[in-house]
Amino acid sequence: MIEALKERVNDDAALVRRGRYLSTTFLLEVGPTAWLISIFEGRVVSVTRGPFVMPSSSFALRASEAEWQKFWSNRPPPGANDLMALIKRRALKAEGDLQIFMAHLRYFKEALAKLRPEGGSL
Amino acid sequence: MSVQFEPIVGRYMHLDLFGRPNRIYVEEAGEGTPLLCLHTAGSDGRQYRALMNDARIIGSHRVIAFDMPWHGKSSPPPGWHNEEYQLTSAHYTAMILEVMAALGLDRPILIGCSIGGRIALHLALEHPQSFRAIIGLQAGAHVDPYYDLSFLHRPDVHGGEVAAAIVSGLVGPDAPERERWETLWHYMQGGPGVFKGDLYFYKIDGDIRGRVAEIDTKRCPLFLLSGEYDYSCTPEETLGVAGSIAGSEATIMKGLGHFPMSENPEEFLEYLLPVLEKIDAK
Repeated sequence: MIEALKERVNDDAALVRRGRYLSTTFLLEVGPTAWLISIFEGRVVSVTRGPFVMPSSSFALRASEAEWQKFWSNRPPPGANDLMALIKRRALKAEGDLQIFMAHLRYFKEALAKLRPEGGSL
Repeated sequence: MSVQFEPIVGRYMHLDLFGRPNRIYVEEAGEGTPLLCLHTAGSDGRQYRALMNDARIIGSHRVIAFDMPWHGKSSPPPGWHNEEYQLTSAHYTAMILEVMAALGLDRPILIGCSIGGRIALHLALEHPQSFRAIIGLQAGAHVDPYYDLSFLHRPDVHGGEVAAAIVSGLVGPDAPERERWETLWHYMQGGPGVFKGDLYFYKIDGDIRGRVAEIDTKRCPLFLLSGEYDYSCTPEETLGVAGSIAGSEATIMKGLGHFPMSENPEEFLEYLLPVLEKIDAK
């Protein structure tokens, strides 16, 4: 399912344009499963499933499978509708060099919302 | 080609605050009972555009919204370029009372959202005689910081982009696209460090948990309206505040978020109009 990120992000020309100054690799943890997601100038170039021996990433987003499932539902309930909502409830941990995450916060919110069944919205 | 003008009229008011001259932008529409509107942190009075355009409200109310100094079309006071802006409870309270006096408002109804909802609680406690009634939107007694506020004001993160991105999830899921993005645009337009400076009041200085139960609703009726999807001031927080204040009335607004009057005016007015009717009947 996470692999769909590549096509869904890259198919959204406006999202890619907003990410044109973003090139990084970040770690996404869905419960016990880790994914490395590489972005180059706003396009997702690879989505690689762990486990990894020595994963290098600029930052990591970590939440339980149940929390991500709520976030990725079509109409997420209050408290699960946004990355900041998850962070507020301490359900999502954002760790590492968060300057990249915060400078491109709208991009990361919209990109991850792409994994909702209908392609996602804010 | 025909054009249409809204009933809103804006003016600049020159007012000394805390020993310094301020140029403050004030908008208003309608005639009748004064209804003074306070915008959220990092935004401005445009959030109340729908109230000022609604015939059901402006037919019997004089609706007024001012942009706080540093916000919207109001300027920061002279000397600002060497200061760090920080809103405090004392300054916020004094500013509202000074603006009311300058505009000659006699016991207005006060409506404030978020930081405006928080200061509404302060005013209900400390100045109940100055208001006909107080309506707190997204009003809580305290919010713990839940992200590193320094990201709101540093040169390697665009202040407007990050402010809007931080609050975007606070808009409820049913908000019409046009109103959602209008609401976020106001955040994108905020001056450097202003949203952060407002949050000093919201998350640190304005904590009123210890005193909120002392509010006397017999002296000033208090209504609390909060959106279901607000994770900054949650419905639980609003209901907790309401539960501790005898005589207050709280309503949780389904599908709405942190900016009800701006993100989804049509839905919000269904909640607000009955409250105004109740106040006007008193």
